[in-house]
Amino acid sequence: MSGKIYLYPVWVRLWHGLNAILIILLILSGVSMQYTDPANPFIRFDIAVKMHNISGIILSVNYIVFILGTFMTPNGKYYKIAMKGLTQRLIKQFTYYTFGIFKHEKPPFPISKDSKFNPLQQFTYVGAMFVLVPIVIITGWALLYPELVLTKIMGGSGLKFNDFIHVIIGFFVSFFMFVHIYFCTIGATFISNFRSMVTGFHESH
Amino acid sequence: MIFQSTRMTWNIRVRFSLAFCILLMSAFAITAQNKPKEETKKFNENCLKCHGQSKYKYVNPESGAEVTKRMYLETIINRNEFYDSNHKTFKCTDCHSEDYDTFPHPGRLRMEAKYACIDCHGGDEAYAKFKFEQIETEFQASVHSTKHSDDFNCWMCHNPHTYKINARSEEKIKDIVAYDNAICLNCHADITKYQMLTDKVNPNILKTHAWLPNQALHFKNVRCIECHARTNDSILVAHNIQPKAKAVHRCVECHSTNSILMASLYKYKVQEGRSKAGFYNGVIMNEGYVIGANRNYYLGLISLIMFGCVITGILIHGSLRIIKRKK
Repeated sequence: MSGKIYLYPVWVRLWHGLNAILIILLILSGVSMQYTDPANPFIRFDIAVKMHNISGIILSVNYIVFILGTFMTPNGKYYKIAMKGLTQRLIKQFTYYTFGIFKHEKPPFPISKDSKFNPLQQFTYVGAMFVLVPIVIITGWALLYPELVLTKIMGGSGLKFNDFIHVIIGFFVSFFMFVHIYFCTIGATFISNFRSMVTGFHESH
Repeated sequence: MIFQSTRMTWNIRVRFSLAFCILLMSAFAITAQNKPKEETKKFNENCLKCHGQSKYKYVNPESGAEVTKRMYLETIINRNEFYDSNHKTFKCTDCHSEDYDTFPHPGRLRMEAKYACIDCHGGDEAYAKFKFEQIETEFQASVHSTKHSDDFNCWMCHNPHTYKINARSEEKIKDIVAYDNAICLNCHADITKYQMLTDKVNPNILKTHAWLPNQALHFKNVRCIECHARTNDSILVAHNIQPKAKAVHRCVECHSTNSILMASLYKYKVQEGRSKAGFYNGVIMNEGYVIGANRNYYLGLISLIMFGCVITGILIHGSLRIIKRKK
């Protein structure tokens, strides 16, 4: 069966597009600052700092848009994880990605109007959007206003603790982005999921 | 066998006790050496009874009346600061003329030449490790010396009545920064003192550093000389203050694994060999975090391995999908 379902309203597509651009800018500037090399800078340090700060501020505003949109529109239902049988569903989806997909099996949790994400997607998206991104935003703002950070946390430097959390979580966000982009190629066609985020219509297998 | 073991333990105890006693005596000797003698303090009181406070009294020999006068601010010596300074063991007359014991002081003493650091510390083996000669050369090359000739001397920054060695201490870096920056701000944030040497208007430091991100954080955590002095590998504290145009403006000079802070602010701690396992420029981590300069080798390695695994996984999965699709 093949068909098109309208799954991505305009605000989701705009939010997602902006979020994608900002995350890419943040990763590039973040990596450039972390692995800065005075002789061969990937991005000049002061430019990277500005790029990172501005992108981070816009990302924070964009995150508020996401939160408002998610809780004020039906979009929120896609992020509600049913805990019952979660492990089995995750295993089933994982098994499909590791074996079933190569045997041309049908996806165990087909995309529908009521279920935009498969269990693995739902689990990782909730983790990324409600755990990783808020942490990276909070620690990022703390880096912008370091005087607000607790000077001591568990006997160690609060600033250092904050910075390491920001860098580590930032790494996991970039990790997520790579995997996310790859899994988007698993659609009706190689580019159908990317097209969906432009047209708003999900194309089924 | 048991006897031999007991004797060995006894020997170790005796040796340990002896070493401990020697250590303790040395510590006492060093402490005593660094404390001003009561005799010196008593002698200095002859001067400090007037110069140690904001006013002084004397009896006018003509009228016989007791007169109270305000002490000129520049000649007030704070006892606490002096006895906490590097020169705390000194008698006033070690540096000043003994003729000061008469009052009123003879007018010619106003012309008394003041000693510069090199006059006492130069060529002295006891101070060789401080490399005063090199500091002098560096200072002579600095804008402080070239722009102001002899008007600018060591005293401008290192008042011998109060100066306390700072960089070679185990104090908190932030305290060292605050102490050292106060030396610069003493003139650069005080128009009256600044204009003692120049007719120029003292620039507003906050405005001239407006380009610096997180300005307050930088001011609290690094010394002015980190950016304004040329580092010299052979001396601990750079004294060659550079013209404004040559000040460090590139963030990466500090924010990189090859951070200049390791050759300046953290030099003493680096020399002391303190390091944190796995961290680039680990000594900076004791009290702060400098983006780009503080990376953890192991975390970097783990992230690289994880990243490699993800890319490999994606490549294998993607290739298999393509192969299976063709079939």
